[in-house]
Amino acid sequence: MSMTTKLLDGTGSWLDDRFHGAKGIRTFFRKIFPDHWTFLLGEIALYSFIILLLTGTFLTFFFQPSMTEIVYHGSYTHLDGVRMSEAYASTLNISFDVRGGLLMRQIHHWAADLFVAAILAHMLRIFFTGAYRKPREVNWLIGLVLFTLALFEGLFGYSLPDDLLSGTGLRITEGVLLSVPVVGTYLTFFLFGGPYPGNDIIPRLYIIHVLLLPGVFVALITAHLFIMFWQKHTQMPGKGRTNTNVVGAPMYPYFMAKTGAFFFFIFGALAIASTFAQVNPIWLYGPYNPSGISAGSQPDFYMGFLEGSLRMMPNWTWDIWGHTVAWNVLIPAFLPLGIIMTGAALWPFLEQWVTGDRREHHVVDRPRNAPTRTAIGMAAVTFYGVLWLEGANDVIADHLYISLYLTTEIARYAIFIAPVVAYWVTKRICLGLQRKDLHLLEHGVETGIIRQLPTGEFIEETRPLDDEELAALDVKPRAPSLPPGATVSAAGVPPPGMRGGLGRVREGMYKVLTESVPMETHGNGYGNGHGEADGHGEPGHAPVPSGSEQDDGSGDDQGAGA
Amino acid sequence: MSWITAKRRRPVAGYAVVLLGLILVGAIYATITGSGESAASTTPTTSSAEIAKGQQIFQQTCATCHGLEAQGTAVAPSLIGVGAAAVDFQVSTGRMPAKALDAEMPQAPRKLTVAQTHAVAAYIQSLGGGPPIPTPAEVSTSGADVALGQELFTADCAQCHNFDGAGGALTEGKYAPALTNATPTLIYEAMLTGPEAMPVFNDTTITPNEKRAIIAYVTESRTTPNPGGFSLGRVGPVTEGLFAFLGLLFFMVLVAMWITAKHRKTTDE
Amino acid sequence: MSDAGAHGAQPDEPTDAPAGPHRVIGTPPPAQARTLLGEAEEPGAGAPARRELPAELPDPARAKRAERLVASLFILSLLASIGFIAAYVGLEVHSVDATLRSNLALGTSMSVAFLAIAVGAVIWVRHLMPTVELTEERHPLRSDPAAREAFKETFEEGADASQFTKRPLLRRTLIAATLPLAAAPIVLLRDLGPLPGTTLRHTVWRKGMRLLSYGPNTPIRPGDFSSPGGMITVVPDGYQDNQDALAAATAIIIKFQPGVMVFGQRNQVRGGFVTPNWTVDNIVCYSKICTHVGCPAALYDQELHHILCPCHQSTFDAPRGAQVLFGPAPRPLPQLPMGVDAEGYLIALSDFHEPVGPSFFERG
Repeated sequence: MSMTTKLLDGTGSWLDDRFHGAKGIRTFFRKIFPDHWTFLLGEIALYSFIILLLTGTFLTFFFQPSMTEIVYHGSYTHLDGVRMSEAYASTLNISFDVRGGLLMRQIHHWAADLFVAAILAHMLRIFFTGAYRKPREVNWLIGLVLFTLALFEGLFGYSLPDDLLSGTGLRITEGVLLSVPVVGTYLTFFLFGGPYPGNDIIPRLYIIHVLLLPGVFVALITAHLFIMFWQKHTQMPGKGRTNTNVVGAPMYPYFMAKTGAFFFFIFGALAIASTFAQVNPIWLYGPYNPSGISAGSQPDFYMGFLEGSLRMMPNWTWDIWGHTVAWNVLIPAFLPLGIIMTGAALWPFLEQWVTGDRREHHVVDRPRNAPTRTAIGMAAVTFYGVLWLEGANDVIADHLYISLYLTTEIARYAIFIAPVVAYWVTKRICLGLQRKDLHLLEHGVETGIIRQLPTGEFIEETRPLDDEELAALDVKPRAPSLPPGATVSAAGVPPPGMRGGLGRVREGMYKVLTESVPMETHGNGYGNGHGEADGHGEPGHAPVPSGSEQDDGSGDDQGAGA
Repeated sequence: MSWITAKRRRPVAGYAVVLLGLILVGAIYATITGSGESAASTTPTTSSAEIAKGQQIFQQTCATCHGLEAQGTAVAPSLIGVGAAAVDFQVSTGRMPAKALDAEMPQAPRKLTVAQTHAVAAYIQSLGGGPPIPTPAEVSTSGADVALGQELFTADCAQCHNFDGAGGALTEGKYAPALTNATPTLIYEAMLTGPEAMPVFNDTTITPNEKRAIIAYVTESRTTPNPGGFSLGRVGPVTEGLFAFLGLLFFMVLVAMWITAKHRKTTDE
Repeated sequence: MSDAGAHGAQPDEPTDAPAGPHRVIGTPPPAQARTLLGEAEEPGAGAPARRELPAELPDPARAKRAERLVASLFILSLLASIGFIAAYVGLEVHSVDATLRSNLALGTSMSVAFLAIAVGAVIWVRHLMPTVELTEERHPLRSDPAAREAFKETFEEGADASQFTKRPLLRRTLIAATLPLAAAPIVLLRDLGPLPGTTLRHTVWRKGMRLLSYGPNTPIRPGDFSSPGGMITVVPDGYQDNQDALAAATAIIIKFQPGVMVFGQRNQVRGGFVTPNWTVDNIVCYSKICTHVGCPAALYDQELHHILCPCHQSTFDAPRGAQVLFGPAPRPLPQLPMGVDAEGYLIALSDFHEPVGPSFFERG
């Protein structure tokens, strides 16, 4: 035995004697992970989080979470002699007087941006592929909580340096909190320790940012990952992939190597960004004071949608019986986030109720195969996007030479119109893509081989889809999980869930939700599938000469092979 | 076959062509969007000859809109009392003479030479007085307190021009321009005369000393290097967010595609 | 290396792969070495060990090339890490230029160090590990009925043994005892801050307090602030460094041409007019704290006489009592009563006659 083997043997035995790990760790090592690039989006978020923890710990060694005013005499001479809080001064110190400090600060900030961006991308992937379905609803809800907490964690984090830009954000937070009916003023005074800005907000945000929220994150992320391990990851449709298996490469050594490499890629990409792209240059903003402000003040991008909703709201307010209800602040601050989060949280359960589908789903859908779901998702993305763009409207107005008020006026209408348009366009695109798949199914894949017929015509040969391609198209006929009305009893009574007004609503929603191009085809890739039920909707249309389609189905099919 | 033809079918060829196209377009665009010339003005000496010459230029170039006596018309304001500083500012930045009326006159390459500008300025000054063109000594930033300038800039200027002088949007299609090319004289004149939508900060509201501090801050922060890398326009979180999505996340997606891509050449069973 | 991607058949490819576009990027690869990954075999089953993962690569020469590439990448990473340490030790900071150099050096070396490992590791996995595709069976997540039944029994037996279900007095008093624990955090946090009281209704402005120009903090004579179109930020004398006071008391003064302001009885809800007794020599003073969510409403367009708040673009009409023209602000900016003291400096005549800043429930 070599030295290494002896060492590993010894260590392994020592641990196993105490922890009984041989079987469990072996199972863990043999766990199969399916491979698709969209499955790595969650990892981007995970590794960004770890990098946030690492760089954040470094920063806590140097940052002073105190609002005590001092006079600055550090290395950034443009601010020499200026009064500022210790928090701001210590951030300047980290940037200019600690070696590697600026790099760590920038990596921390870029990692936070990437963290939220990756969560968004990951969330959309889960939604569009239907990976939130049973048994993963709880994981979906955990993910939503993580997303919301990430927004606040970022907000509190970039507010810690107490600079002019983030301080303006805190002022807006105070204004929003004030508008809450009945308890608003109390909440504000308790949070800020008195009237704004007070002396307590930065230390309080600090402890929430470095202790409370990270603790919750670690717990929830652990739960999120554990559930994913326990239930096994979903997989894309493909040959040999069924709802009762997982196909891929084992954890050890393949997945470990790939995920480790990905971690270093993320760290490296963040390091490049922090070397060549400056972020949050607080020395240019200056220390916060409540009398100053800069044009183009925005929060970090993930809070941009709240900023946009605040900007586009008309100034509705109620002054009744000596009290004020500030709808102009309440609605934009709480409604968009409320709609998106509540809608997202309820969606898996709504879908289950409408379709009656209570099976386990371990093979995900291609987005095109669930056109209504994809369209609703895109409508939500568009809703979010309009708010987002409006949040940057003064920068857009300035740089694209559009009148400022016009951007807000457009946004006020677009917020209602654009999601509807997005829904419709997305749905048509999905249905179109499904028809394209159906076309492939029936007519085969083009081979690029041109043949001349005796009549002088040129046609392109096609070959039928092979097994892998067929599986990837995911065209198995979908057994409708809820046959509304189909199980009507002999006396014509619909099943319990389908009765009455609610039942009719459910039936209507079912029809819309499951609208899709039927993929059953009588063809076999040789173009013989034309007829009444060819899925095109029009009986017996004239075939386009794109395959070896002999209508008589004769054997002159050269479609297979090179 | 030639080297290019042989390489044409490689997968990387497509990317190379796109990259070349992007570089070409970028280079062409960069050359054609030049910034306007900025004026380095010296204090003119006003003589009656110069005033006469200025009047002549005025009547040819400006009187159509501003009136023969600079008294103003329906389309342009009176220039009596605006002072030489206002004229120098507007003409040096190319905003005047204006070819078309707009919500706000944009910066442009100057249309009158320095000598012509001074002549018109002298003429307007002779009509009703007003702030004169500042002398080089008045706009000199040596010994100026940059920290004070930063405080004043944040208090009075940043809300329109942005913390770094990158400019900002105003209402009704107007905007506060970026200060990237503003010379000390132009900055002084702008504060003094309050061109178009900009408020007037006369010398008793912001003293000449304070004005010099502000100028020092603007000119120095322009040249301050960005220790964290490229500045992304110093616009703030909007460009940072775009970079996070289009740069970082997109790059990570490409990496993810590479890691999980299948092998084209399959291994033996 | 021509790897993934649908680029179409290449003429020198082996002909066993079907022609035509094969797949889109990222869809799962076809099954290669299919092994059914069954249950982990119990040790001592007596069967000869069956290898689950292949050990050899099909193309040793190719593997050797890949190995050399990966090794050189790892060495590059090592060198970059050494470079990082050298840059840290060798490059000082303490100025903007030095920080730029240090950041560049540290960042570049760190990036190369990480990316080289990353690229090397990916090449290792893709070209030095034999491609495998294994299948693992899923078990239904639902426990089998026997297990569920057993759980139910254990649970019920325990509940019975604890007497929890049988003795309602115990149960109810336990719940009653633990409820205050939930209220404890709420109680303990009461001293986070003072009660708001009437604090939000007032600022620090008092009769006779001078207006100071913010920044230089000097008092202002109307004769100095004489150019129509001028606008400046003002703060109360004695509070120029007090951020808590400034957060409510900061104001702006604007100088108008005669006849531009519309004088009259100013309406607190709609604005509409400027109260003339509160102005001095066509100079008016408004609160700078926007009535939307409290940003400084600081932009001033002297041609249109509009005050614009940069946060959410609330626009106020300065000659008409700062009434709201556009945007989400519900109320005009409050006007500060202004006068002149014995030495001719601008002073406040009293506090604002209404609360400044954002709306709150008790404002009314």
